[in-house]
Amino acid sequence: MRLITIIASLAVLALLVVLPFNLKNYGIYILSLWMVYSIAAMGLNLTLGYAGQVSLAQAAFLGIGAYTTALLMKAGYPFLFGFGLSAGICFCVGLILGYPALRVQHHFLAFVTLGFNALVWLVFRNEEWLTGGTYGLMGFPRPSFFGIDTTNQVAFYFFSLTIFVLLAVILWWIVRSPWGRAFQALRENPIRANSLGVDIRRMTLLAFAIGAAYGGMAGSLFAPLVEFIDPQSFQLNTSLMLLLMVIVGGSGRFLGPVIGALLVVLLPEWLRFTEGMYLIIYASLVMVLLAFCPSGLIGLYERSVAALRARPSGSRGSEKP
Amino acid sequence: MNRSNENVLSVCGISKSFGGIRAVDDVSFDVQRGEILGLIGPNGSGKSTLFDCVLGQLFPDSGEVFVNGNIVTRKRPCDLNKLGVGRTFQMLQVFSEMTVLENIILAGQEHRGTLVSRLFGQSDAGLTEQADEIIAFFRLTHLRDHRAGSLSYGQQKLLDTAMAFMAGPRLVMLDEPAGGVNLTMLESLKERLIAFNEERAATFVVIEHNMEFVMSLCTRILVLANGAIIAEGTPEEIRNDPVVIEAYLGE
Ligand SMILES: Nc1ncnc2c1ncn2[C@@H]1O[C@H](COP(=O)(O)OP(=O)(O)OP(=O)(O)O)[C@@H](O)[C@H]1O
Ligand SMILES: [Mg+2]
Repeated sequence: MRLITIIASLAVLALLVVLPFNLKNYGIYILSLWMVYSIAAMGLNLTLGYAGQVSLAQAAFLGIGAYTTALLMKAGYPFLFGFGLSAGICFCVGLILGYPALRVQHHFLAFVTLGFNALVWLVFRNEEWLTGGTYGLMGFPRPSFFGIDTTNQVAFYFFSLTIFVLLAVILWWIVRSPWGRAFQALRENPIRANSLGVDIRRMTLLAFAIGAAYGGMAGSLFAPLVEFIDPQSFQLNTSLMLLLMVIVGGSGRFLGPVIGALLVVLLPEWLRFTEGMYLIIYASLVMVLLAFCPSGLIGLYERSVAALRARPSGSRGSEKP
Repeated sequence: MNRSNENVLSVCGISKSFGGIRAVDDVSFDVQRGEILGLIGPNGSGKSTLFDCVLGQLFPDSGEVFVNGNIVTRKRPCDLNKLGVGRTFQMLQVFSEMTVLENIILAGQEHRGTLVSRLFGQSDAGLTEQADEIIAFFRLTHLRDHRAGSLSYGQQKLLDTAMAFMAGPRLVMLDEPAGGVNLTMLESLKERLIAFNEERAATFVVIEHNMEFVMSLCTRILVLANGAIIAEGTPEEIRNDPVVIEAYLGE
């Protein structure tokens, strides 16, 4: 099983490396967008899927990261500085946003985080001197590394892919460490976890902070990818979309948000031929999936693997007279 | 009041009310090192509430709690656990989506290293061997890699109890460990608690309704009724105490 996982991961990685050479610019752009949203969704998956803390504010962190990076790059700072600072700022803001979660949970927490998203959006829109208001920000260059300019779509794609893989490995490390177990315990039964020495206050705050930092780093990539940012991109809609990615892919499953993001980004493109019907088909698919498999696409996959495994012994059992 | 270090736990004048109900009413007692203390009383007499007040799950309205002579009133449950106090709840509480092994490792990992070293260290915090020992001790080895949620109620109850022992606690407080456990398992549970008490010098406070279990396990018993201690003594004394019999029979 382990070997299969490794081989499958390598195969996917190989595919991701050769794919851009067979796609037009727009296709490569969509793939890069997938990477960026995947990073944000992976962060949300840590907060929500692993640690069980509802957050409708991931788009706010995406925005904070994007604006921070764009402003710094416009001021002439290197991209990596903006990237690091975005992660740092979002980590701290996420920590603060975690405090309400120590008092309220579930739908109450959803509303608190939703309010935060609205607040951040208002700052983006109203503080024109800093953010350009509704006109947004543009005119920041794409980063270049070791003489390789990422203005080229393929170059930027590989740049996003590298960061995506790096952040995925780090997150994987976190969730398989004792921290991951503590996060899961926090989700399943905070009272019992507390009685076993898990500092649930600290773990709740960390779950928010790390998830937010991932949102910030995604935003930091988002800005140079789209090359123009405005408050519109970081509305509640986007938070809901990121939530959808996590849920559809499989919340609390490591690859869930990546699969979910792929679906949410690609499906509109694939369904383009249906024109007006697109949203209807899309919404129906999501409803059917979640009604029959609340654990998302990864859950659906796990379930079918389990069913395939169980079949031989099941049929033997039914042969009994 | 004697707060010498021989007292693993000292409870001094704990009271707790819910609205008009005085669930725990000025309760004081000491638990000595190596003791197995039973806590019995009719339903609703305040046993679980007393546990929660002692263990930081609830804040008492008044009174103080000492562990090994140090004041711990109003400390959080996780801090108490780090001081070497393990517990179970009356309602079964295992992490049903984790395996038995993961449940046990979780119960010990927070006692290993620091927050940072837990992030960068081994994923089992170096606890697999010790966890396997505890799992074997509670005879759950054949279920080691099963999801806790897939175990029978009695098995989950054993796992729940086993978790309270993982961190090598000095004091373990168990709320109805025998509830829902079948007779054979009950015997081995008792056997194991006594073994733990003798081999590892653990001190116990056990709430239990199963009289036979309590009487044969404990060295001393406290009886609670309407939130107050009405009797204290050896199992033999308690069994024949008319006050206790009346508390259980008359209402
Ligand atoms: N959270 C709560 N809110 C209000 N009342 C409570 C609460 N918890 C306990 N009580 C009340 O406090 C009293 C003592 O309850 P407690 O659970 O401590 O009893 P117990 O001795 O553990 O009973 P049992 O043997 O049935 O477990 C009861 O009258 C109960 O109704
Ligand atoms: Mg009780």
